[in-house]
Amino acid sequence: MAVLARASLADLTERLASSPALPDHVVLRGPEEGLVMVRGRIGGGGGGFNLGEMTVTRCTVRTRGGQVGHATIAGRNGACALLAARIDAALQDAGFHDILLAAVIAPLALRQEAARTQQAARAAATKVDFFTLQTMRA
Amino acid sequence: MAYVAVKGGERAIDAAHAWLATVRRGDPAVTEIDTAQIREQLGRAVDRVMAEGSLYDPDLAALAIKQAQGDLIEAAFLLRAYRTTLPRLAHSLPLDTAAMAIHRRISAVFKDLPGGQVLGPTYDYTHRLLDFALQDAAPITAAPAEGAAATEPMQRVNDFLRDEGLIEPDGADTGTPGDLTREPLRFPAGRDVRLQALARGDEGFLLAMGYSTQRGYGGSHPFAGEIRMGTVSVIIEPAELGFPIDIGDLVLTECQMVNQFKGSKTVPPQFTRGYGLTFGHGERKAMAMALVDRAMRAEELGEDVTAPAQNVEFVVYHSDNIEGTGFVEHLKLPHYVDFQSELETIRRMRAEAQHAEAGA
Amino acid sequence: MSIALPGFANPVLDAQSCFRAVLDAMARPGTIHATGHALTPPPPLSQATAAVLLTLIDAETGLTIAPGLAAAAEWIAFHCGPCPGCDFIVTDSLPDLATLDAGSDEVPEGSATVILQVAALGAGTAFTLAGPGLQHPTRFQATGLPPGFIAMWAANHRLYPRGIDLILCAGDQLAALPRSVSIGEG
Repeated sequence: MAVLARASLADLTERLASSPALPDHVVLRGPEEGLVMVRGRIGGGGGGFNLGEMTVTRCTVRTRGGQVGHATIAGRNGACALLAARIDAALQDAGFHDILLAAVIAPLALRQEAARTQQAARAAATKVDFFTLQTMRA
Repeated sequence: MAYVAVKGGERAIDAAHAWLATVRRGDPAVTEIDTAQIREQLGRAVDRVMAEGSLYDPDLAALAIKQAQGDLIEAAFLLRAYRTTLPRLAHSLPLDTAAMAIHRRISAVFKDLPGGQVLGPTYDYTHRLLDFALQDAAPITAAPAEGAAATEPMQRVNDFLRDEGLIEPDGADTGTPGDLTREPLRFPAGRDVRLQALARGDEGFLLAMGYSTQRGYGGSHPFAGEIRMGTVSVIIEPAELGFPIDIGDLVLTECQMVNQFKGSKTVPPQFTRGYGLTFGHGERKAMAMALVDRAMRAEELGEDVTAPAQNVEFVVYHSDNIEGTGFVEHLKLPHYVDFQSELETIRRMRAEAQHAEAGA
Repeated sequence: MSIALPGFANPVLDAQSCFRAVLDAMARPGTIHATGHALTPPPPLSQATAAVLLTLIDAETGLTIAPGLAAAAEWIAFHCGPCPGCDFIVTDSLPDLATLDAGSDEVPEGSATVILQVAALGAGTAFTLAGPGLQHPTRFQATGLPPGFIAMWAANHRLYPRGIDLILCAGDQLAALPRSVSIGEG
């Protein structure tokens, strides 16, 4: 779900193009836009407080096989939420689980991890190496 | 309220809107700006509008900025109005900022802290000289990347001091936090509600309030214990699933101010803390928020409440720029009738005074 | 699993239309309005009860579901996502109104609203309604209100501006009895 929540519509459609068609579905709820009130912690680790809201889109579908798939993802993209819910439902189907994991989830996870690593590497490049008198003398 | 409804002027208003649209567009010979450009290239403005609009959605904030011609308070107002059209589906679990994917993390109190001082994309060391190269679409050099990136979560600076017992601990979890978007403000306001108000408060107001504490109006000798900026994932627990799910990332800035505290009858001398957390990359806002948060704790910590920044009612009632702009700008609305009555009163008072003079 | 049944096909327009029906029903006590006929709610919920819930209840509304409707609780939780509380009570048997929160003089709108699913509207026991929204006393019939309802209502009506509001649902029809209406035998 964390991987699907971070995937763009282009990512999802691209990955789905190389996997078997998702099972037929009926929409039970949504896709609907709404808000999540984001909570922080006082002092970073204390009691909660309401920081502010964020937009989210959620969707629930049921496949012909009876699997119910849910998605709630940041932002306002109904098409994304619908696909994520359909993938969530299909993942519960033994016939689709391994295929989708390999064709959709794993490659997207890899791509997202690479983006995170790149950010981390950029941050690492801005890490300060102090030259103090002591180290210069040594 | 002291104004009356007046009808008429519809044609004038339509014409004013049409002119506004023309002015917003500017010279048609210049390419129209699109919202993706605003989102990508005016990120700090987008962050500020999201923070003060109290709604995290970079695309909507970019649209609001375009619609408001870059008037950021007007843009925040548009976001606040939009959010009222959406149902609130859930509350997140409290964010774990200790697990932030760090873009920037600095401490002004410990030089060699585990994880190091990570400068990130900062203006701090720029020379504040206008860069005329930006007038032309000059290619930029790619930011360097270093292979040995830290993947471990970075420990908080406070944790080092806490191990020695020299800093106040985090408070206990006090259950469901207050929400000033749902219940009217009541005083004394808890720290949860105060932080909510500051998080959506006007950056300029908080900056001035924070600055005033440094200049002696309720000073508490602050140090920037730690400032961190980066992405944090948001977790919700939908009832239909019954387990937590990760719904995406937010960029956040967090500031931990560390303040000297002489101690009281019950508490030994130690460092106390002020806390700031804001949507987006908003270091100035997060720092000012932390200063003001600490100042508003004066009463709780047994300090004299003498300065504006320590006055909870003053700060919380005046930090919201949407409320402020509404009340200041409402003076533009027709006050014809009550002004007539004022006019009448002044005339009568003058007439009475003249009459009295003539009689004397 | 009862969440397998969908809610409104068009949540915005359908909820607006049902809200209008509730508004009209409240403004003209006892008038009968159709709503929710396209819904397929799980039993024992009627279409009108389901439509009213989908329209009025969300994650920030406190709802109590009476035991008689418990079979639909999962569907309600999924589509409306209410929090526990007594802003609204949905039931198939009218509770003693005196036990419910009638609001305070400062916040009379904080009182509870009962959504009561009955067997039929426009047939059964006859009542006479009078009060705001009714130019003349009007006849109203419903099947499924408990014996002693008139006396219970009189006590509720006396609390005005405090008091409980009642929305009656049967099949795809609804009617409302706001606290302002006085009810006599028909």
